[in-house]
Amino acid sequence: MLIYACKRLGVAVLVAVAVSLLTFSLIYLSGDPAMALAGEAATQQDIEYIRKFYGYDRPLAVQYADWLTKALTGNFGYSHYLRQDVADIIFSRLPVTMLLGACALVFALTLSIPLGVLAAMRPNTMVDRFALTLAVVGQALPSFWFALIMIFWFGIVWRLLPITGTESWVNFIMPSVALGYYVTPAVMRLTRTGMLEVLASDYIRTARAKGLRPPVVLFKHALRNAIIPVVSLAAVQFGFMLGGSIVIETIFAINGLGYLAWESIQRGDLPVMQAIVLILACFYIVLTYLADMLNAFLDPRIRVA
Amino acid sequence: MSDILEVANLAVDIPLAAGMLHPVQGVSFSIGRGETLCLVGESGCGKSLTALAIMDLLPRTAIRTAESLTLNGEDILNAGERRMSDLRGNAMGMIFQEPMTSLNPSYTIGNQLEEALLRHRRVSHREARDRAVMLLEKVGITAAASRLRQYPHQLSGGLRQRVMIAMTLMCGPDLIIADEPTTALDVTIQAQILLLLAELQKEFHMGLLLITHDLGVVARVADRVVVMYAGQIVETGTATQVFAVPRHPYTQGLLECIPIPGKTRRGANLGAIPGMVPSLIGELRGCRFRERCAYAMPACAADVAFRAAEARDHVYRCLLTPAECAGNARRKVPA
Ligand SMILES: Nc1ncnc2c1ncn2[C@@H]1O[C@H](COP(=O)(O)OP(=O)(O)O)[C@@H](O)[C@H]1O
Ligand code: SF4
Ligand SMILES: [Mg+2]
Repeated sequence: MLIYACKRLGVAVLVAVAVSLLTFSLIYLSGDPAMALAGEAATQQDIEYIRKFYGYDRPLAVQYADWLTKALTGNFGYSHYLRQDVADIIFSRLPVTMLLGACALVFALTLSIPLGVLAAMRPNTMVDRFALTLAVVGQALPSFWFALIMIFWFGIVWRLLPITGTESWVNFIMPSVALGYYVTPAVMRLTRTGMLEVLASDYIRTARAKGLRPPVVLFKHALRNAIIPVVSLAAVQFGFMLGGSIVIETIFAINGLGYLAWESIQRGDLPVMQAIVLILACFYIVLTYLADMLNAFLDPRIRVA
Repeated sequence: MSDILEVANLAVDIPLAAGMLHPVQGVSFSIGRGETLCLVGESGCGKSLTALAIMDLLPRTAIRTAESLTLNGEDILNAGERRMSDLRGNAMGMIFQEPMTSLNPSYTIGNQLEEALLRHRRVSHREARDRAVMLLEKVGITAAASRLRQYPHQLSGGLRQRVMIAMTLMCGPDLIIADEPTTALDVTIQAQILLLLAELQKEFHMGLLLITHDLGVVARVADRVVVMYAGQIVETGTATQVFAVPRHPYTQGLLECIPIPGKTRRGANLGAIPGMVPSLIGELRGCRFRERCAYAMPACAADVAFRAAEARDHVYRCLLTPAECAGNARRKVPA
C-alpha cells in the first residue's frame, strides 16, 4: 500500500508540474504580455518599461521558477483590474464554489447510485428503462439549458426557488441540481454496469448459497465491489463539475470561482485566470490522488498486495 | 436409511431465442445420510444445473419443475425463497467449481466464514471465530487463526477451495453439494481435496452429492453413481455395480476412456466416444445417445425407458437387454 501510495504521489507531482508549465505559458498564449498590459495607447518605451518592471525580459526558465515559487507560497500576483492580490480574490471566492460542488456531488450520488442499483437489480424492466432514459436525456441536454428550464419553472412561473445569489441554502438548490445533474448519467451507468457484472459473479452465488438475506447480498457483497470504480469516476466528475461551475455560476450569478473565471476571461485578467486554472487543476490532481487512495483502501487486492 | 435428499423427476428448462432448451429432464435420485453420490457425465450434460436446481440457485430465466424435491422430508420445491435461504448454507451447502472467484475479494476469510454461521445461528462473533478456526484446521489449513485475517487473493486456489469447504461446514449441514470442486485446481492437489471431502463427509455423517470427472476418485469414494448424458440419467446404481458391470453403452464408453492414438480425433469428441451431444432445444424424442451409439437401431428413435439391470437398484436407459449389454462390454474390453 505504501509503495502504491508513493508511486501514485510521484505521478501526481509530475502531472502537477506539467500543469504548472502549461498554466505559466498562458501568459504568452495571447501574445506579448507586456504589450497586453500596457494597452493600445502605449508607446514602445512604455512597453519596454512594463516588460522590465514585471520581469518579462528575463529568460523563460527564470520567469517560470520565480512564478512557481511565488505560487507555491500562495502569491499569485496582483490583479490590475480588481486592484487586489489575486490570492485574496481567489480565496474569498473558493468556499462558495466548493460548497456548490459538494452539494452537487451529494445530489448526483444520492440520485445516481440508488438508481443504478435499482436498474441493475431489475434489468430490462420499467425501473431500468426509466433510469436509462434519464441517462440518455441527461447526456443529451446541456446543463445550461437544463438550468434555464429550471429557472423558468421553479423560479419564474411557480416562484418556488430564488434564481440568483447565495444568501441561504435555498439558493443552492437549483445550481446544485443543475451542476450535479450533469454528473448523474455517467455515475448511474457505471453503477448499473458494475452492479450487473458483480451480481453475476461467482462470489454473489456463494453468498446466496450461504443463505444470506437479499439486502446483505446486495449491499455487503455486491455494492461494496461495484462501488470501487464509481469512486474514481465520482472524483473525476467532481473535477469536471468545478469546470462546469463556470457556466452554472454565471447563470445563477453565484459569486464563486467559476463566475470569477468567466469575468476574468472577459476582462483578459491573466493573473486571475492563471491562478484559477492552476488551483482547479491542482485540486483535480489531489482529488484523483485521493480517489486512488480510497480505491486502494476499498480494494484489498491493492491494499494488501 | 432415511434419505436426506430426494429428487423425483427433476427438469430444468431455459427459454432461449432459438426455442426452449431442455438441459435437465426426468432426473431422479436420492441420497441417504452418510452417503456419497457421484454425478458423472461429460461437460454440458446438465450436472451443474441439476445441482443448482436443488439449491434453488438456477439462473433467473431457468424454469424448474419436479414431481417432488425434498430435503430431510421437507418439500423444498415449493418452499419459497425465504425458507430456502434459511436452509441454504445451513441444512445444505454448496461448493463451486471456481475457487478463484467464489470468495468475495473485499472481505477477509474470517469475515466470510463467520458470516455463514452468524446468519443461521445465535452465536457470538467469538464463537463463530472459534468454529472457523476449528474448521480451517479440519480442512488442513495451517496457521488457521492468522488465515482469518487474510484476503482471498492471498491464498492459492487449493487453499481457497479448502476455505470454501470449511465455509459450507460452518453450520454442520446435512447435505453438501460439490460441483467439480477440483476441476480448476492443480492436478497434484485434485485427489487430495476430493478425498478430504469424502473424509469430512464420513466424519460429519453428511450426504454428499459430488460432481466430478475423476472416475478414479468416484471408484474410491462413491456409494452410488449417477451417469448423465444430455440432460438425462442414463445409468444409476451402486458404485460397484456401475464400475463392475456397466450396462449403458455410454457408461461403457466413459469407463474405457482410453484414447486410441491415430483413431481418436482431437477436439471432435468428448471423452473417448466419437460424435457430438445433440442439441437440447425443442421437443426431444428417442434415445439421446443414439447418434453416437455403436448399437443404435431404428427403435432407438422412440422414447426409451429405464430398464433394470441384473442387480437391484441398478437401472439404465437403453433398449438393449442386460445380456446384450454385457456382450457389448466384453467385446469392447477383452478380458
Ligand atoms: N444460464 C444458461 N443459459 C442458457 N443455457 C445454459 C445456462 N446454463 C447452462 N446452460 C446450458 O445447459 C447445459 C447444461 O449445463 P451444465 O449443467 O452447466 O452442464 P455441466 O455442469 O454438466 O457441464 C449446457 O448445454 C449449457 O450450455
Ligand atoms: S437405446 Fe439404442 S441408441 Fe440408445 S444407447 Fe441403447 S442401443 Fe444405443
Ligand atoms: Mg458444470
